[in-house]
Amino acid sequence: MLELESVTYRYAGATEPAVHDVTIRLAASEVVGLCGPSESGKTTLCLIASGLAPRAIRGTLAGRLLVDGADVAGRPMHELVSRAGICFQDPTTQLSGVNATVYEEVAFGPMNLGLPRSDVVARTEQALETLRIGDLAMRDPSRLSGGQLQLVAIAGLLAMRAAHLILDEPTAELDPAGTRLVGDAIEELAAAGTSILIAEQRTDLLARICQRVLILRGGRVAFEGPADEVLADPRLEELGGAPPSAVRLRREAIAAGIDVGAVDRAIAAGATA
Amino acid sequence: MTELRLEGLVHVYPDGAVRALDGVDLTIRHGERVALVGQNGSGKTTLVRHLNGLLRPTAGRVLVDGVDAAGFRVAQLARRVGLVFQDPDRQIFAATVRAEVAFGPHNLGLRGTRLEAAVSGALAAVGLDAELDANPYDLGGARRKLLALASVLAMGTPVLVLDEPTTGQDAHGVETARRVIADVAAEGRTVVAISHDMTFVAETFERVVVLRAGRVVLDGPPGEIFAERSWPALASTYLEPPLPAIVGARLGLGATPTDAALIAALRRYLERKR
Repeated sequence: MLELESVTYRYAGATEPAVHDVTIRLAASEVVGLCGPSESGKTTLCLIASGLAPRAIRGTLAGRLLVDGADVAGRPMHELVSRAGICFQDPTTQLSGVNATVYEEVAFGPMNLGLPRSDVVARTEQALETLRIGDLAMRDPSRLSGGQLQLVAIAGLLAMRAAHLILDEPTAELDPAGTRLVGDAIEELAAAGTSILIAEQRTDLLARICQRVLILRGGRVAFEGPADEVLADPRLEELGGAPPSAVRLRREAIAAGIDVGAVDRAIAAGATA
Repeated sequence: MTELRLEGLVHVYPDGAVRALDGVDLTIRHGERVALVGQNGSGKTTLVRHLNGLLRPTAGRVLVDGVDAAGFRVAQLARRVGLVFQDPDRQIFAATVRAEVAFGPHNLGLRGTRLEAAVSGALAAVGLDAELDANPYDLGGARRKLLALASVLAMGTPVLVLDEPTTGQDAHGVETARRVIADVAAEGRTVVAISHDMTFVAETFERVVVLRAGRVVLDGPPGEIFAERSWPALASTYLEPPLPAIVGARLGLGATPTDAALIAALRRYLERKR
């Protein structure tokens, strides 16, 4: 269980809090989405949930972060990283910059956990396989494309095998296949008990993987609920969110007076194609 | 008027591990709106960096209006081709939004009221006109990305090249990018953009060029690229057509790459049945 209990966060030097009184509870195997316009507090909530704010990013936190029931206030970052892992929006922020190959980069986290060599190898190879980037293993990370780098950053996080994952727009630079692989990896991890918090503008991905979605506005929760209801809520568009393709198409078919049953069947057939 | 022509373009990065571009032949005509799509690592960014001279070909040529770009200095190419990076933080350097956007047109020789007009026009286009005196790093990532777009827009180059303009943008930001591209095209300027967002591609561009492993594998209008007969080739590059194209094909309605096209096709179909 990962819990943010009425958290409010003000960055050092800012006059206003970036996040006001937000509560999020993530049970084991649960995938919860954070959606909302730019600067609505998604990234700040990810930083709080990972423990980085305020440990590494200066500011003032009110409310509590509970990891598996324990208040982690005052606990150092190195105790948190094996429990709750974060993937940043920008992979260049994530990567160590010190490893000469993708393989070493992905192995870097588990090695720093002090695991036996055989475990490090097994975790690294599994993470590379999960995201189908085994062929990049011997490449220099500084010579990869933006999307490839993002997959490497996510692989590095997967190799940590934390019980709780926080993903800040993990697919921003990915092609549709990369996005699908990350979606598959999230579903597999959740099925195995990992709880996952994901900030994402791509509502098609949220619709696929999330049980619950919170829509943020101005650092507050505007509304929340089951993913299918929230993502089909007309208020999402008023807040500058793009509804999932299927919701949008269905709505336009209804507006045009077209038999929505035929559209639904075609969407269902397309989704399995 | 600026035409870009790539002839047998090959690029191998200095570590020699990969032929990022493996013989690309492509002509981008004046005033075209071209989307460049393909799998991560297929060579899209490498290709666009040849258009403004940031990278030079390992083999083959880049011709700008028929003249080999190898003879141009980067500063000369910059007058013709403006490139907006994928990551705004690789581009932004100034302490204020105004100074950031003024840098390009100032270097092109604009001064006084003409410079002011270029700056305010570009900022208005991306909705940042109220942020003239802000520090770029006080803006969130999505707005920094729009700022990077404005700073290239302000140069008024005949060709605008955008690397992933919609990543990290909310629906409003995506709409801004779409409108900027439409406006630039309406002025008769050329737009080339890389994107992974097939809905955005289908709705914004008249031509889609698909890259795989450094080669062009498909090239045509969205209706053709996302039509069912192209799906195997798309799948080989790990791309998927936008949902309306899939639905249209399933219902036997032909090429319907956008929601609007699908709804119109559905309406025609139902009227025929009546």
